[in-house]
Amino acid sequence: MKNLHLKLLAFVLTAMGLSLCTYKVMVLGLPLTPDETAEVWRVDARVSFRARGATTAQLYLPLNPPGLSVLDEDFVVGNWGLSLENREPNRQATFATRRASGSQVLYYRITLDAAAQPSEKRTRPSPEYPEDPEFDEPHASAVEALLANVRRESSNTATFTQELLKRLSNPRSDENAALLADDSDSAVAWVDKIREILAGAKIPSRTVWGLPLRDGMMHGVLTPWLEVHNGKEWLAFDPSSGKRGFPENFLVWYVGDEPLMQVDGGRDVAVEFSSALSKIDLVTVAEQRARLKNSRAMEFSLFGLPIQTQNVYRVLLMVPVGALIVVLMRNLVGIKTFGTFMPILIALSFRETGLLWGVLLLILIVAMGLGIRFYLEQLKLLLVPRLASVLIVVVLLMAGTSLISHKLGLDLGLSVALFPMVILAMVIERMSLSWEEVGPREAFKQGGGSLLVAILGYFAMSSEWLGHMIFLFPELLLVLLAFTLLMGRYSGYRLSEFWRFRAMLIGAPK
Amino acid sequence: MPSWWPGTRLREAGVVSMNMRNAQYISRYNSRRYYPLVDDKLRTKELALKAGIAVPKLYGVIEIERQIRQLPEMIRYHSEFVVKPVHGSGGNGILVIAGRTKNGFRKSSGVPMSEEALEHHISNILSGMYSLGGTPDRAMIEYRVRFDPIFEPVSFAGVPDIRTIVFKGMPVACMIRLPTRASDGKANLHQGAVGAGVDMATGMAMYGVCRDKLVNDHPDTGHPIRGVHIPEWPTLLETAARCRDLVGLDYLGVDIVLDEDLGPLVLELNARPGLSIQLANHLGLQKRLSAIEQMQSLPESAMERATLAMQMFGHEGGAESLLEAGAGVQKRLF
Repeated sequence: MKNLHLKLLAFVLTAMGLSLCTYKVMVLGLPLTPDETAEVWRVDARVSFRARGATTAQLYLPLNPPGLSVLDEDFVVGNWGLSLENREPNRQATFATRRASGSQVLYYRITLDAAAQPSEKRTRPSPEYPEDPEFDEPHASAVEALLANVRRESSNTATFTQELLKRLSNPRSDENAALLADDSDSAVAWVDKIREILAGAKIPSRTVWGLPLRDGMMHGVLTPWLEVHNGKEWLAFDPSSGKRGFPENFLVWYVGDEPLMQVDGGRDVAVEFSSALSKIDLVTVAEQRARLKNSRAMEFSLFGLPIQTQNVYRVLLMVPVGALIVVLMRNLVGIKTFGTFMPILIALSFRETGLLWGVLLLILIVAMGLGIRFYLEQLKLLLVPRLASVLIVVVLLMAGTSLISHKLGLDLGLSVALFPMVILAMVIERMSLSWEEVGPREAFKQGGGSLLVAILGYFAMSSEWLGHMIFLFPELLLVLLAFTLLMGRYSGYRLSEFWRFRAMLIGAPK
Repeated sequence: MPSWWPGTRLREAGVVSMNMRNAQYISRYNSRRYYPLVDDKLRTKELALKAGIAVPKLYGVIEIERQIRQLPEMIRYHSEFVVKPVHGSGGNGILVIAGRTKNGFRKSSGVPMSEEALEHHISNILSGMYSLGGTPDRAMIEYRVRFDPIFEPVSFAGVPDIRTIVFKGMPVACMIRLPTRASDGKANLHQGAVGAGVDMATGMAMYGVCRDKLVNDHPDTGHPIRGVHIPEWPTLLETAARCRDLVGLDYLGVDIVLDEDLGPLVLELNARPGLSIQLANHLGLQKRLSAIEQMQSLPESAMERATLAMQMFGHEGGAESLLEAGAGVQKRLF
């Protein structure tokens, strides 16, 4: 096969670029359009208490909450010292200060991906078997009877718990259950009671504290939930209905019987929760997802760079797109330009000035520069001093244009300063050379060609979608490279050659 | 591709495109390390002289600005001469002085030129204005060709030259470039010179192409182009064929001028010859090029290669199939 090596190389490059891109889209969920947003939960915990002197406050925080992925965390702690500690299955923040007086307010904010995540199995820590509970009569016999009934109608820990909860929540069906259910008041006491009954069946259980998330919630409180261990993992149950699992949008905050917050040296402790749904850039979410998945793909993302450098690369990465336009225009269409990549530089400055103004200013500067260049020609200057003189004149013209347009109140004229002046000087020099050597026709042809390619380049390089794609998926440049490499061996006709060789399309002359 | 698509028809006619020339011929057959041999016209001249190929006599070389002062010394005995950039391309920067006036010189177009203007031109050459890539260059001053009078009726104020494409040492196609008023005496097709296709068998001009249009007569002199015959045709082709051995480039353009007294002189060699020769001959080069690519072996000597080319590619009329040409050769030979 012809050019096998090149085709293989192009294939490998394309495959690499496309597969990395596909991975980022399918697995990390990077958006293919620039304005896609994702919903996130913002949950605030407002901690307040009164303290005097040296104070230590301990607050439980969520650790890998099931079904939700943490995108970001933030503390507002003033001059309190903060330390974080993971104690499976919990995480605890410790705030400390030597001198506190009066009312203290601390904030903790957590941002969560609102899209449902598959939750991992909750296995740790492995529990010990609970001790037999002691019930008073008639409760002791009621528990015994209830457990016996439930055992008969279940096959394992999960169905056992479910059956038990079903009976307890619907006391009319079972008199033993009715006896146990009637005197329960708070949700916590109810969960505690269930756990006690479960302990009677030697089933390890624990209380899970979670926050049901609602948009616009102001004074939320933690809700107790039940988890039982089936010998392998912890299974969650709704203590009131017996439904398996955690509900949707339920942020598991901590596990255990201890209070959420313990303050040593303070009083009037209160923790209030608020939550809200908000929209953020899908890109940010995807980035966090990648971090959570320990994916290396985003580690080398350009988002890791400082914002300023990012902005530089937003422009730089578009240059290859401009180069592609030049390649297409040169090798497929056959447009002649001054300098191979000069149109790209002009197109880059069009991005800053805006197209219409850019073109007008460019034509103005080049026309005036040409006039002065023709005058300089008569002075018979050496090449480099002449180029330098043209450059100086170009700078003067640019300054003059800015000044005059500013006086006229046209601030757009100021953007002329964004043109690459050295490039302009070279354009003027080359244009005047081809004007003299080949004639004005050729000079205008090449000048017009350069302008056309620059305008096309401008449209390609200022496309918001292309910019987004290239910045998010820089690996697409490999695909671009593959295409350019293939173009390097393209041996077909340029469109302009149809015109050039049009005589060959008619029959042979006599 | 559908048959109405111009590309299909050009491909059928075997027209070599710019991309094809670059990708399939120049990059494959022309080793880059030999480029300096043709890009540096002084080295080409040296090589040609060593091989016994005639070239225009060199009067002097100006390498640095200071040496411009030695110009009068160099040209003391010559009232006609040509100034060229050593690394020039496409005929740019070439200045032909046809005589002296009271205060200076007269260009071949008849326009007078002061000594100062000439020095400025040389200084421009030295600073690299005409060289490839704008690198500093040298200027060479050489013999001005007095072209063979047979071209007198079909050229205007300039020297016609003969461009031959030599592929793997085989002359493939040939055209005469005739200066016009529009081309300012230069033999450059895209500046408006006439390109006249030449029958490879006989060295007879067939018709001309000027600015992409077919012309039968020279636009300035009105003389018919058909029938202009290149004298010593086999020798000229042999010279062109020998140039391949000189520089080792397998896709080569050879520019030869016919001097009234000195016969064929090699003006310059070109590693990237243009494609207009196809228009002048109304012939796509590709069939001829692939015929040569498919040949098992090519004759050693330039003379034999030139003869073979005359047999293979000689014809009367426009594009033809090679088989027909082969048959024609048989008829002519026997």
